[in-house]
Amino acid sequence: MDIVKEVLEKQQRDLEKYKPITVDKHLEVRLDVGSLLCTDPNDLEDNQLKNNREQYLLDLTRDNTQLLINSVWELPTERIDECIVAKLPEPTTVLPRLRKVPGPKPLTKWEKFAKEKGIKKKKKDKKVYDTTLDKWVPTYGFKRADAEKEKEWVLEVPKNVDPNEDMFQKKIDLRNEKVAKNEIQRMKNIVRAKKVEVPRGGYFGPEVASSGQLLTAVTVAKSSTASVGKFQDKLPKEKQARGIGVKELIPGAKRKASHISAQPEKEVNLDLIKSVLNKKPKYDIEKAISIQKNEDKLQRETNPAEKGKKGKKGKGGKSGKGGKKPKGGRGQRAPGKKTAVGRKRR
Amino acid sequence: MKRLSDERAKILFEKLSKYIGTNVKQLIDRPDGTYCFREHRDRVYYVSERILKLSECFGPEKLVCVGTCFGKFSKTNKLKFHITALYYLAPYAQYKVWVKPSFEQQYLYGNHIPKSGLGRITENAGQYQGVVVYSMNDLPLGFGVLARSTTECKTADPMTTVCFHQSDIGEYIRSEDTLF
Repeated sequence: MDIVKEVLEKQQRDLEKYKPITVDKHLEVRLDVGSLLCTDPNDLEDNQLKNNREQYLLDLTRDNTQLLINSVWELPTERIDECIVAKLPEPTTVLPRLRKVPGPKPLTKWEKFAKEKGIKKKKKDKKVYDTTLDKWVPTYGFKRADAEKEKEWVLEVPKNVDPNEDMFQKKIDLRNEKVAKNEIQRMKNIVRAKKVEVPRGGYFGPEVASSGQLLTAVTVAKSSTASVGKFQDKLPKEKQARGIGVKELIPGAKRKASHISAQPEKEVNLDLIKSVLNKKPKYDIEKAISIQKNEDKLQRETNPAEKGKKGKKGKGGKSGKGGKKPKGGRGQRAPGKKTAVGRKRR
Repeated sequence: MKRLSDERAKILFEKLSKYIGTNVKQLIDRPDGTYCFREHRDRVYYVSERILKLSECFGPEKLVCVGTCFGKFSKTNKLKFHITALYYLAPYAQYKVWVKPSFEQQYLYGNHIPKSGLGRITENAGQYQGVVVYSMNDLPLGFGVLARSTTECKTADPMTTVCFHQSDIGEYIRSEDTLF
């Protein structure tokens, strides 16, 4: 009997070490077993909170946790591999998301275009029958390259191409170029999707840049070096860059140019007219020749007698030192030289 | 309505001087009030200052046309004269071409002038000189550019083009909607 008493006493002492599993609360706590959440609506006791805060909060937490555990135990339990397991119900508390809900994936440029045009993606067969090879050939992936190599073991050199050019290498280059282009387009799609600012233009170097790009670079540089509305002077035949998106590249291009000048408009215009009218005429040899020709012709028409005389003299004129025969109105003649020749003959 | 930029004003005066030479000055330096050139939707208008002031009451979107439309700047900054400019080109023109009455109608349909259609021509006009085209009873019909100089014209075949057609008064009907 002693042993029994001893055991009971020991158990009693053990039990005393633990706090009871029943907890009294002024207001019932709100429990959400699904997310293992317990909310205590009771007020904190100011007195206790001031004197021994840590102990008080610890006790309070234990009590509330106890209540939560109690409710978990009320759920149907089962034993799986020596463990008692309870199935939690669906959580009732709505927790706010950390991040925003992801939207639909931004479309690539092609996808957008295809959607607009209503282009549907056609699924290709994994294998197609090749008539030249006389067997089924994969359209992509494993052993496709082998099949192609087998098929195109020889390549034609077109007539307009240098015969020493390696057509196989050309094909490889073309493919590499396509891959590079695709990579650039992929990057552009990412840029478009993330809506980040990326410099679009700049100087690409004289080897690479097209004339349009060079023109844009010049225009951008000019507006960048401008100072207080003063721009670098234009070259005689310089063009202004234009096209889609060029204006956005040029700093201050959207700003409207001011037309207010110190000089009155009339004077500015008159000055301009003066400069236009005083322009030196171009030295036009073609025109000079035609005028000269015309004058000669008029002269001949007005006094045909002289013309006849001239012709006679030309025929019989062998008395001189052997000057060349006059070229009867053919070819180009310098007007100064012509008279000199004529005098010699006389 | 904005003032022409220096670049465009220069293009305009160069073009004008092709047709009326030194008389360009008289368009700006007028005794009967100040006139000026204005640009609106790439078109060049010749307006008196008095009317310009009145036009400023209206916004640029609402404004269709003020004064006389001289021409239109292309996107490559080239000026093309409209037939409406004839009113100012004709009185000041230095080089003129008269077309025969039989060719008048053809010219008004937009054809170039061949030698056979040529009635008279000003002396000493060079090739590619801007000219005003008249009917034989001195009615301005349009303007164009000489394909041959006056002297070359005399020897040319009857079918060779003497003057390129640029604009004629038939355009008032043919391209009514784009003129102003």
